[in-house]
Amino acid sequence: MRPFAFKRAAAPADAAKLVAANKDARFIAGGTNLVDLMKEGIDRPNELVDISRLSLSVVRSLAGGGVSIGALARNTDTANHPLVKKDFPMLSQAILSGASPQIRNMATNGGNLMQRTRCSYFYDLGTPCNKRQPGSGCGAKDGLSRYSAIFGWSDSCVAVHPSDMCVALAALDAVVNVQSPDGRERKIKFTDFHRLPLNSPEKDNALNHGDLITSIDIPKNNFAANSYYLKIRDRSSYAFALVSVAAAVELDKGVIKQARIALGGVAHKPWRASEAERFLVGKKAEPGVFQQAAELTLRGAKPLSENKYKIKLAERAIARALRRAANV
Amino acid sequence: MMQDDLKKQPSRVDGRAKVTGKATYIAEFRFPELAYGYLVQSTIARGTIRDIETAEAEKQPGVVKILTHKNAAKLANPQADEDFGEKSRPFFALMTDRVLFSGQPVAVVIADTFEQARYAASLVKVSYNEEKPSTDIRDVMDKGFASGRPRPVRGTPDEAFAAADVKVDVEYSIPIEHHNAMEPHATVANWDGERLTVYDKTQGVTGVRNYLATNFGIDREKITVLSPFVGGAFGAALRPTPNTLLAVLAARETKRPVKVVYSRRQLATAHGYRPASIQKIKIGADKAGKLNSIIHEAVHNTSSHEDFSEDLVGISRTLYACPNVRTDAKITRTDLQTPLWMRAPGTVSGAFALESALDELSYKLKIDPLELRLINYAETDPDSGRPFSSKELRECYRQGAEKFGWKDRKPEPRSMRDGRFMVGYGLATGTWGAFLAPSSARVTLKADGTALVESGTTDIGPGTYTTISLIASRQLGLPLEKVTFKLGDSNLPAAPSQGGSITTASVGSAVQECAQIVQKELLSVESKREASPFSGVPFENVEFVDGSVRIKGRPETAMTIGEILSRNGLPEVTATHTTRPDFGERAKYATASHGAQFVEVKVDEDIGIVRVTRVVQATAAGRIINPKGAHSQEMGGVVWGIGMALMEHTEIDHRIGRIMNPNLAGYHVPVNADIGAIETIFVPEEDTIVNPLGAKGLGELGLVGIPAGIANAVYHATGIRVRDLPITPDKLVG
Ligand SMILES: Cc1cc2nc3c(=O)[nH]c(=O)nc-3n(C[C@H](O)[C@H](O)[C@H](O)COP(=O)(O)OP(=O)(O)OC[C@H]3O[C@@H](n4cnc5c(N)ncnc54)[C@H](O)[C@@H]3O)c2cc1C
Repeated sequence: MRPFAFKRAAAPADAAKLVAANKDARFIAGGTNLVDLMKEGIDRPNELVDISRLSLSVVRSLAGGGVSIGALARNTDTANHPLVKKDFPMLSQAILSGASPQIRNMATNGGNLMQRTRCSYFYDLGTPCNKRQPGSGCGAKDGLSRYSAIFGWSDSCVAVHPSDMCVALAALDAVVNVQSPDGRERKIKFTDFHRLPLNSPEKDNALNHGDLITSIDIPKNNFAANSYYLKIRDRSSYAFALVSVAAAVELDKGVIKQARIALGGVAHKPWRASEAERFLVGKKAEPGVFQQAAELTLRGAKPLSENKYKIKLAERAIARALRRAANV
Repeated sequence: MMQDDLKKQPSRVDGRAKVTGKATYIAEFRFPELAYGYLVQSTIARGTIRDIETAEAEKQPGVVKILTHKNAAKLANPQADEDFGEKSRPFFALMTDRVLFSGQPVAVVIADTFEQARYAASLVKVSYNEEKPSTDIRDVMDKGFASGRPRPVRGTPDEAFAAADVKVDVEYSIPIEHHNAMEPHATVANWDGERLTVYDKTQGVTGVRNYLATNFGIDREKITVLSPFVGGAFGAALRPTPNTLLAVLAARETKRPVKVVYSRRQLATAHGYRPASIQKIKIGADKAGKLNSIIHEAVHNTSSHEDFSEDLVGISRTLYACPNVRTDAKITRTDLQTPLWMRAPGTVSGAFALESALDELSYKLKIDPLELRLINYAETDPDSGRPFSSKELRECYRQGAEKFGWKDRKPEPRSMRDGRFMVGYGLATGTWGAFLAPSSARVTLKADGTALVESGTTDIGPGTYTTISLIASRQLGLPLEKVTFKLGDSNLPAAPSQGGSITTASVGSAVQECAQIVQKELLSVESKREASPFSGVPFENVEFVDGSVRIKGRPETAMTIGEILSRNGLPEVTATHTTRPDFGERAKYATASHGAQFVEVKVDEDIGIVRVTRVVQATAAGRIINPKGAHSQEMGGVVWGIGMALMEHTEIDHRIGRIMNPNLAGYHVPVNADIGAIETIFVPEEDTIVNPLGAKGLGELGLVGIPAGIANAVYHATGIRVRDLPITPDKLVG
């Protein structure tokens, strides 16, 4: 078998240093994604640094409201945490719509942000994939593209980010806290965390090798009463999203004060619909307005040969999610 | 069936072993010094192997040997499989440099551990002379050629269609689908001198033994093939797969026992699949709904080297009374693995077309779909003109419709709602031939009052262990727990492969007859004993009840089987028996099971989501021997049908001829959340002709009408007719 060393980090800074020292080292948290990738020969680390016992699994209130969720808190525990359920029910919904109970029990929040794409070319060593093997080409772009991106793709990659949790986090203006190997800590806006493929699809996000996610902060907001996560997939459970929508509005007597919309299954990162959000401010919360916001969002979509349906599906999903969020 | 009725029925005899992990599946068997083989599969779909570099892999720790087409010993007597066409060319892994499909095994790495073998396999480098593959049936549908026996045209279908008052002329397509059984294909092979023992995932131990005997040139007597438990197969293990050949080959070359197990990702090309099909169907009727023409043309794909063909059009010849019928079946070549039978092969695909088309016709006629089927009910088999040995389909329609509440259906599409959901009711008919094959069994009555029943069949999941035990226990008058049924061993009396829903009827008949022979033997021995109360008593006047034998109406004569054996100084009585079905008498009749399926869907139209909320499955399949097992089979048929209708689809990148979703995350089958209420009804059906048991197969039947029933319900709900399976959200949001 492919031999690898297994180390256990004593502290976050320690973990970051260990991984930074070896370009073929990886953190391992719940292992639900990494171990699969290793079995398939897609990721081939020669060193695993176990972070699962670091004390980064707290979920707590932030001063001034909001909540901080630890990078190593399990997806299940996060979704069921009273603070999350009360103030950010859309995040609970999003997490619980993903994977299966068994996987969510193992999966960590940090791992969820870092999970790799599910593009079938990425998973098949017998086909080209720039994300897996830079320079080999993109199999999906002119191939099977039913699941691929309609926003922000490049000639080198049309993969989508598979996470549900991240779509809600993008909508909720979360911030990712990172421990760097040099001992510094930094904050990355969630919407800047994942990146578009451009010419380097092998890079999923803004982290450098060895950077460790320690927690994710979600600032206080007034969306709890009017938010909704809608996931559309090929079967009722245990399937990745064809399209998903995290939608939230803050209402004042039926008028929209603020809105948040993020889409999953359509781009290399959770896709924020900022223009539609701005459009909604000051408008009455009603189906016609939501429909307009949905159409606005899809205006810039660029479908591939097999995923034109995502335009209409996403449009309808946005309108539906907003209606559900606003209860109209 | 009602839950309460079922609770009283016997449960699976192997259930406990299965849920406690005591049932051993193939990949779990081991021998001392076992070595592990791991496959390397081709990444091109068509061409030749230019070179295989194994040096790097051979250097790895634990590697024992690497077999490729360059060094693998040739088979003694490679035989083409005659079931796959007269002109079929055999495919044997590692016997050629020719690549016939992507995923073809091109090397097997044998090492001391599985992990070592898998790692070394990743270092084997294969280069190819690549040729452009053709795997899309749309590209080659016009190059189809006739398959199977030509069938006569009935009447003048083209003229009748032209003259019909009301017509439907449509095309349906079904993509390639895979069986995706839980247990992967696996073989553990061990040579002991000249003797070969093989644990193999298979639906037929005799077939595998004969395959190995022929191709390796060994005496059948020297080979034992064992398959005690099969973790689902659905047709995928009806023919030996490369693991069987390679494990045996590797064990001979390395002089060690060798295990070869397909990984989930590799499995999609280990065996065949339900072929992709395109069906054109024309139906003409008069204004009263009487059919006057059916023209059903089907083409499905096969491989480049074998002519696999399954019968999609047969159902159009037998299901409805229609004076003018033409069917036309073609196959066409693709650079893929040869297709293979998959649950209800041919018939479920054909039924999707015929039963959808009939539904389309019902709207044009403005006749209720159920009424339309009754108008065209076939009282005798329209194809052969023979009477049915039994056919309670009318009663299936009646009871099913009543339980379902079919009368509440509003005729117009888009006319029923439940909040934001559009509601649709659909129905379809299913049928499956009641086949019978000669079969052997051995029954032994023992002094401890137990019976051992043996037959070389398999149990791929439908509950054969239980059903056959029940047949024996009822015939012998023994409690179920006193009967042990042994199967899955090629040294046992031979039985046909488990396929085509023939096992209960075929093996069950053998066991029942054999049990009777043993009973007679016991009685004959006993009646010769001095002062036996049974002296001179004919068999018909004796009954076997509660482990005892007694003269009817004279309970005081009861003796246990054990007593009889010991009084006669016998440890046991045993008999082996082979059935010789009276095909002559049967041949005067058409024999088939039937069913009616009623489906309710709720469609969230905006976002294209279909939920199958309710299904009533009414079945007429002769005598039901194992009610729980039968209920379970019919529910399973519904679940499978939901998968076939709404999600199953093997995705192929036709540029490279490669299957791109070869895993259970990418290939969707239903999960619990996809399944609504399922009710089964078993309509009583007496049949003294079909076989001695009066039982007909039902394992495949329960699937046949479901995909069409769902598609019909979706149309009723939405007004959208999806003719290309599966009905995924993209097809409804359009
Ligand atoms: C069959 C299946 C279905 C699934 N379906 C869904 C779905 O529908 N929706 C969905 O959202 N998800 C789905 N998932 C994905 C699942 O959510 C992820 O696998 C999981 O969140 C990963 O978390 P983990 O802790 O197990 O990560 P690991 O596998 O341990 O790690 C994954 C990656 O993250 C890195 N990493 C882990 N923690 C950190 C950290 N703190 N800082 C920096 N890097 C880190 C690791 O080095 C590794 O590269 C599915 C997974 C499977 C196997």
